[in-house]
Amino acid sequence: MDISTKLLTMLLAILLFVAIVGLMLFIAGWTERRSASFVGYVFLFPSILMVSVGLLYPAVRTIFQSFFDAAGKAFVGLDNYHTIFTSPDDLLVLRNTVLWVVVTPFVATAIGLLYAILVDGARGEAFAKALIFLPMAISMVAASIIWKFVYEFRPDQAGVKQIGLLNQVVVWLGGSPQQWIVNSPWNTFFLIVVMIWIQAGFAMTILSAAIKAIPDDIIEAARLDGVTAIGMFRFVTLPSIRPSLIVVLTTIGIGTLKVFDIVRTMTGGNFNTNVVANEFYTQSFRASNQGLGSALAVLLFVLVMPIVVYNIRQLRASEAR
Amino acid sequence: MSTVTPQVDLTPEQRAALVKKSSSAGRAASIARKKATSPIASGIAVLLAVLWTIPTFGLLLSSIRPEKAIKTTGWWTFFSDPQVTLDNYRTVLSTEGASGLGSFFINSIVITIPAVLIPICLAALAAYAFAWIDFRGRNFLFVLVFALQIVPLQVALLPLLTMYVKAGIGGTFWTLWLSHSAFALPLAIFILHNFMKEIPKELIEAARMDGAGHVKIFFRVMLPLLTPALAAFGIFQFLWVWNDLLVAITFASDNTVLPLTAALANLSGTRGTAWHLLSAGAFISIIVPVAVFISLQRYFVRGLLAGGLKG
Repeated sequence: MDISTKLLTMLLAILLFVAIVGLMLFIAGWTERRSASFVGYVFLFPSILMVSVGLLYPAVRTIFQSFFDAAGKAFVGLDNYHTIFTSPDDLLVLRNTVLWVVVTPFVATAIGLLYAILVDGARGEAFAKALIFLPMAISMVAASIIWKFVYEFRPDQAGVKQIGLLNQVVVWLGGSPQQWIVNSPWNTFFLIVVMIWIQAGFAMTILSAAIKAIPDDIIEAARLDGVTAIGMFRFVTLPSIRPSLIVVLTTIGIGTLKVFDIVRTMTGGNFNTNVVANEFYTQSFRASNQGLGSALAVLLFVLVMPIVVYNIRQLRASEAR
Repeated sequence: MSTVTPQVDLTPEQRAALVKKSSSAGRAASIARKKATSPIASGIAVLLAVLWTIPTFGLLLSSIRPEKAIKTTGWWTFFSDPQVTLDNYRTVLSTEGASGLGSFFINSIVITIPAVLIPICLAALAAYAFAWIDFRGRNFLFVLVFALQIVPLQVALLPLLTMYVKAGIGGTFWTLWLSHSAFALPLAIFILHNFMKEIPKELIEAARMDGAGHVKIFFRVMLPLLTPALAAFGIFQFLWVWNDLLVAITFASDNTVLPLTAALANLSGTRGTAWHLLSAGAFISIIVPVAVFISLQRYFVRGLLAGGLKG
């Protein structure tokens, strides 16, 4: 397919879509005179159809498939789940995922919060924030390439120069270069750094808005009482931004649970760095193990759910106050 | 409501308004306070900013160095021995040859535009129906759409792939357009619905008194008021689709359809040392979202605040 064919296909798709919406609106306008509520169904029809066929049915189907074998033919009960929680490979995947989910949200949020406090009201605040925020806008694939270059390793031989910044710094400090993304178990942490690099900007943006929203009279009152900077943080800032902190932590936690691009691009899940979302992809689409792949997808779903429920509950609680 | 902190159940508009209001108040307050920032605090802030910027800077600088220089010396040698070339970009941008990424760039554009337009249009209509039309089963359907927001898209991929193959559209752009649209709808409907609920009831009722139907109200009254919310969600969805890897490599396997992210991921996996191509390629993929970010920063942050829970 050459470029013009592709662009034409796209144009055709858009025109087809416009025609469908046009037809819908025509039907809606035509039936409106008889029954206003029928218009509701017409407006909703395409969306409900798409989420039913594209999300609801496949989700139910995946749960069903997770009780079947690799080919999706024979019923195997809970065997796939049993495999996930007993096979050494999958236990490693689970361990890594726990590491990701425990480390990333807290470190990213701590850095975001620290930075938000430090640049609050400073000169050039908007620019300073943009620097931290930009990684949020780029793809995780590009972020992984950027960091892979930082971690790049060249053998420690005479005449061979390091081209990765981290190893060069190590050499400058008198150490010997390391294969950061190969050496287990620390390599997982070097991958986690990439996610922290991306998510700190998100944490900073939301927490900065929350900090600025703390009413001035509270801050003034505390100041008149002679509260120290640390006391101010502990007794004024932290309680005031608590709801936002929870939103940030849980949102980053959910994103981290589903982290796929970073692991895939940096190690492909090798060197003991595999995580659930990458193992799901490998089993489903590379190893053709439908049953295990589905079970891993369901596991992700089950792990995400309590975080979301907690998040919603916290929001309710903070609203009731 | 205890505070004016951003919360997921606020509309992007509300949030933006709160953020704006509070940030100007905060700025005024901090100027009034004339707080003396300690040198240590400034030092840490600068250190963090440098740490966050230097990895990107190193790769950007590498992308304009000759292949041989990149592979034998670190990018910091550029300052003592500057060699500049555009060859890497020339190679990477060509649409021919094994290392050309030009056609993947086109694929990304072809994938993204419909995958943004379709869910926005459909969600706007659905949100209007949920917000302003009375019909049986409305609450049930709304709760259903709301609940679907928490479904991770991984759960849908395998059965969808089977369905696409059966329908005879396996591996085409259609699979990506349809999937991205379906995955975006629950969040889009939810955000736009919250926004529409904020529009005064009297406005709609007055229009209905004048004999305007829902179709007319949607176009004449709603759409003009909705533009900022549509822009916020549109930008969020644009970045989501442009930066996506998982959906793309699940449904498309052919180089004629794969987007830039997938091509870069392949290049990084199979030719891990082709840094002259990787650096230039990564920057071409970064330029588009960064341009969007810089030109539409206000909406971008709004979309982000609204869409943090997507996935």
